[in-house]
Amino acid sequence: MRIILDSIIDRAARALLAAAALVCAAGALAEAGVYRSPEAFIEQAFPDGAPAARALWLRAELRDGVAEILGRAPTPRVRYWQRDGRTVWVLEEIGKDKPITAGVVVRDGAIEAVEVLVFRESRGWEVKYPFFTRQFHQARLTGGRNLDQPIDGITGATLSVRAMTRMARVALLLDAHARGTVTDLATAR
Amino acid sequence: MSTPSALLASLTLCATLAAPLASAATSEPPENLDLETMWALFQAQQAEIAALKAEIAETRDDVSQTRDQVTITEEQLTATADYLEQVDRSRQSSRTSIGGYGEMHYNNLENDADEDIKEVDFHRFVLFFNHEFNDRIRFVSELELEHSLAGDGAPGEVELEQAYIEYDLNDNHYARTGLFLLPVGILNETHEPPTFYGVERNDVENIIIPTTWWEGGAAVGGRYGNGLSWDLAVHSGLAMPTDGSSAFRVRGGRQKVAEALADDLAWTARVKYTGIPGLELSGSYQYQQDASQLARDGLDDGELLSVHGIWNRGPFSLRALWAEWNFDGELVELADADTQTGWYVEPSVRVNLAGGDWGFYTRFEDLEGGRLQDRFEQWEVGFNYYPHPDVVLKADWRNRDHDLASMSQRDFKGFDLGVGYQF
Repeated sequence: MRIILDSIIDRAARALLAAAALVCAAGALAEAGVYRSPEAFIEQAFPDGAPAARALWLRAELRDGVAEILGRAPTPRVRYWQRDGRTVWVLEEIGKDKPITAGVVVRDGAIEAVEVLVFRESRGWEVKYPFFTRQFHQARLTGGRNLDQPIDGITGATLSVRAMTRMARVALLLDAHARGTVTDLATAR
Repeated sequence: MSTPSALLASLTLCATLAAPLASAATSEPPENLDLETMWALFQAQQAEIAALKAEIAETRDDVSQTRDQVTITEEQLTATADYLEQVDRSRQSSRTSIGGYGEMHYNNLENDADEDIKEVDFHRFVLFFNHEFNDRIRFVSELELEHSLAGDGAPGEVELEQAYIEYDLNDNHYARTGLFLLPVGILNETHEPPTFYGVERNDVENIIIPTTWWEGGAAVGGRYGNGLSWDLAVHSGLAMPTDGSSAFRVRGGRQKVAEALADDLAWTARVKYTGIPGLELSGSYQYQQDASQLARDGLDDGELLSVHGIWNRGPFSLRALWAEWNFDGELVELADADTQTGWYVEPSVRVNLAGGDWGFYTRFEDLEGGRLQDRFEQWEVGFNYYPHPDVVLKADWRNRDHDLASMSQRDFKGFDLGVGYQF
């Protein structure tokens, strides 16, 4: 009995030590400050000072397009920031059951940056890190309102990945309307 | 200005105004244009000017009113949009959420004893109820009705598969306590029907890893920006039978946290890497202090080691999993059930065909379970069709071949059909 107990304690102690070592190692590699406020994201996108916010009203074709991507009726208006061919959008979309807030910077119809600003889901945490979001870099919208490059999913985070992809597509569609380049989309492959 | 001079000036103006009109009508001025006619013309022009002035004033009023109305409408529209955005935000950020999934199966199998197995079963009907107490403390639950009908003599069960409180220690670490799914394998934590191939779940994650496998206890874990994560849980253990038809069957040892014996606890550790999109590498280790919860009954402690990899690239995907139990104890060794092993490999491709989303796969499994009937090889091929990303129709064909000749009558082949959903 004593031998068994010793064995159990020994194994548990070894496991805890291994876990502690893992925490230290992983903590050292961890990235700090993964969250950012929308204001800070906009300021980062426009280092020389953020332009005044504009409002894009979602009417007719644009409203239908956004609704098709989201699978639900969108809000009637979206705020954005625009200067020198770049637009910045702060969007929210539900992953599994909580909204994910993401900031998207678009330059000349291509995504320049995507960043998760607030993540509230209990699963799919991977999408908030750059190793996932960098896949959206330089993605454009096709004529079918899809991204022109594949986004590899994460097992167990399918719904969060889909939410992020939907927000990227919506940002590109809104950008095209805000800059008056919608007709370019019709011919995009 | 005196009246004559005013009259003269007016006449001059009238003449100036009338001249082009007259010229347009006739090239020469009328010869008999007298003062009286000029006066009448002057009066008419004055009346017309007055009418035009009144009309302009009225138009200005209208424009002003319209401008005011546009301003009011803009304000109303902005207020409406603000309200709708608030409604949308509050809808999305509701602290209590409901979700669920379900799946119905049809099996049409024929074994080597020439017995047909034809069965339709609403295998799982599951509801999630989650609540966020604040940004750091949440409740997660999963309630399942299995096989459609529960009660005395009924084939199904009502099961509480998750019910725990989770606390975010910081942005990267969590702690949870309650009844939770163990961090082992691919399907145990993520098993909504649209997320996997095959009408029935794979047999390795049924016989070796008894998915869905939940226990009561406490856990901590970390998730990092390099894609590395870890989990460590201390929890209730298995109570595997040591005799009867389910002797040394791991799946039969789940106590489901229902007045579960807790003389001997267990713990599970997992390390997972998902730092490259499309790639998942994971390994789990579990230690059972006494897998039967009874001392000196021939089944003592046990260890489970499980590793798996998932690789998604474009339309292609590959899943592979290996798991092995090692039990100590005289009786379990005598029954040749002290080592139980299983592995599978599953390549697949997901494509858009004729406007629909299709996934095609094949899977090979090799099992060496505790019971003789749980030792077999199985080939499976089939497809998933997704009319919506959260709805799936499935079809597959299976061929099971047992290792032992004495079990050959249990060999079977046949097809399965299924429908599943999640929300």
